[in-house]
Amino acid sequence: MTLRNLHVTRRNVLALGAAGAMLPLVGLQPARAAGAIKTAAIYTVPVEQQWVSRIHKAATAAQARGDIEYVFSEKVSNTDYERVMREYCEAGNQLIVGEAFAVEDAARSVAKDYPDRAFLIGSSFKPDAAANPNFAVFDNYIQDASYLTGIIAGAMTKSGKIGMVGGYPIPEVNRLMNAFMAGVKETRPDATFLVAFIGSWFDPPKAKETALAQIDAGADLLYAERFGVSDAAKEKGVLAVGNVIDTQADYPETVVASAIWHFEPTLDAAIANIKAGTFKADDYGVYSFMKNGGCSLAPLGTFDAKVPAEIKAKVAEKEAAIKSGGFTVTIDDNEPKSS
Amino acid sequence: MEAIEILFTASLWAAAIRIASPLIFGTLGELICERAGVLNLGIEGIMTAGAFSGWLAVYMGADLWFGVAVAAIVGATLGLLHGVLVVPLGLSQHVTGIGVTLLATSLCYYFYRLAFPEVTSPPKIDPFQPWPVPVLSEIPVLGPALFQQTPLTYLAFVMVVLVAWFLERTPLGLAVRTVGENPAAAEAQGINVTWVRIGAVMAGSALMGIGGSFITLSAFNSFFFDMMNGRGWICIALVVFGAWRPGKALLGAVLFGAFDAYQLRLQQLAGAVVPYQFFLMLPFVLSILALIFMSRRVAYPRALMVPYRKGER
Repeated sequence: MTLRNLHVTRRNVLALGAAGAMLPLVGLQPARAAGAIKTAAIYTVPVEQQWVSRIHKAATAAQARGDIEYVFSEKVSNTDYERVMREYCEAGNQLIVGEAFAVEDAARSVAKDYPDRAFLIGSSFKPDAAANPNFAVFDNYIQDASYLTGIIAGAMTKSGKIGMVGGYPIPEVNRLMNAFMAGVKETRPDATFLVAFIGSWFDPPKAKETALAQIDAGADLLYAERFGVSDAAKEKGVLAVGNVIDTQADYPETVVASAIWHFEPTLDAAIANIKAGTFKADDYGVYSFMKNGGCSLAPLGTFDAKVPAEIKAKVAEKEAAIKSGGFTVTIDDNEPKSS
Repeated sequence: MEAIEILFTASLWAAAIRIASPLIFGTLGELICERAGVLNLGIEGIMTAGAFSGWLAVYMGADLWFGVAVAAIVGATLGLLHGVLVVPLGLSQHVTGIGVTLLATSLCYYFYRLAFPEVTSPPKIDPFQPWPVPVLSEIPVLGPALFQQTPLTYLAFVMVVLVAWFLERTPLGLAVRTVGENPAAAEAQGINVTWVRIGAVMAGSALMGIGGSFITLSAFNSFFFDMMNGRGWICIALVVFGAWRPGKALLGAVLFGAFDAYQLRLQQLAGAVVPYQFFLMLPFVLSILALIFMSRRVAYPRALMVPYRKGER
């Protein structure tokens, strides 16, 4: 494009200036919108990471529907997180989606400075409506689905020894592990667990080594919280249970069942509230519950014929009870221990 | 009691060797650089670049060994950058090295995103498979531990011998050692200090690149952000542990691998009593203790981190 066909006339320059002057006004609008909501997501890890990939998927879908205008930054370090949040606020985004696990104070202070925006933030803590009326929290409360995978795992293990490899023992990891363990106890009351944490979110070779050590110690079924665990299981011919995402396509003979997180209900609830002008400091964690469609048991796929029929019946029965509210999976955020 | 029994299992030592393999390459690479008088803190980034480029080459259809070669070439190129900045230009080796690490890791992420803008889980390749050495792999305990590894692990052991032989028994190795001890004397011998140092940094960085590629082509089958996870920094410590000698560096790497493999197994046993962080810390604490013990009478290359300026008195 040359300068000539840009038509740099005085009128154009003036119009541009006026448009520029209008820009801050866009930001002043309350958290209520008729068309697509300008949404910015800030992730501390790449969008390949299991947890974040679910948020990214839901946001991409909402954008395709025309509900939001979606932009995101990935792999933002915690030390840089507040700056990026503020930049997106300054850019006029009405909904900020993110994760404040390591930057609670900073994230909440940004929310305070932009009271007319909606913040939907992953957090291990509860919302504080008095201090931050626009700061809602969510997390992957998919203990219902984890519990169901546990029931299947308990039926599939022969040795009764189950290996579990986690990144760090933080609430969102612990509660899924505990729910899984409770599920296992349903079908295999004498099961024992080998629990290990590798102190990193991204070190698949180390997760794999840890899993191999558990197989050495007699585990014949692994709970794959991290990438790398299913690879060890595949290599040694033992089984694995997935978490947050479904990886059975990559490990058809290894991954028995997976507990899947669906972020869509959480995001859709936030969008609906913003459109209605009723967005407030709610705990969106409940939208990850099974009864709200926030999590599910992945199709058993290649293992459909291998899981005994009475176990499948038991899972279906529990699933119905969870959905109807007749049965509630306990939320236990304590660090799981080897037994 | 069980904790002691673990020490005599073949699987522990097989894991130790697996964990040690990338460290052996990285440590040898750093050792060559430092013997020539150049500290290379670019190692973490160079290993990441090796892991990424080797994996990408294989993903795009290249042979596994071609991927290893790509990793070596990318490593050598980054080594050239570091060498030019610190040898003829004489910049701070610490600052330049950290700069190379930041540049290399960030470039990897940049190219990764360019190549894979829309993936939900990282693409996989078919990595090196264990290749049991005939006859030797049949030996009880020792066989499964040492001789049922992937080809890259065998290459690591071969490199230890090669590097030791090169440094101690060849004229060029003598030149490398001389520029690291007394560059003025090397100059008087007609050795071009600048070129020998740059060459050593490039060769060392090529080894670091191969070490990185072990992570994506042998230990695992896909590339992740941050997956190097400080392995490069461990190599820096292992060079000191090994007193700048390839044989001892190998010992250090295997020892570290053994500590790590051991703590992974201990965590399963006593996880209910002792916090897991203690076990994660264990290999590092034991390495520091070993370092104190090993490096008491150590002689480091005299001209390490001293830039050489021709004609300066």
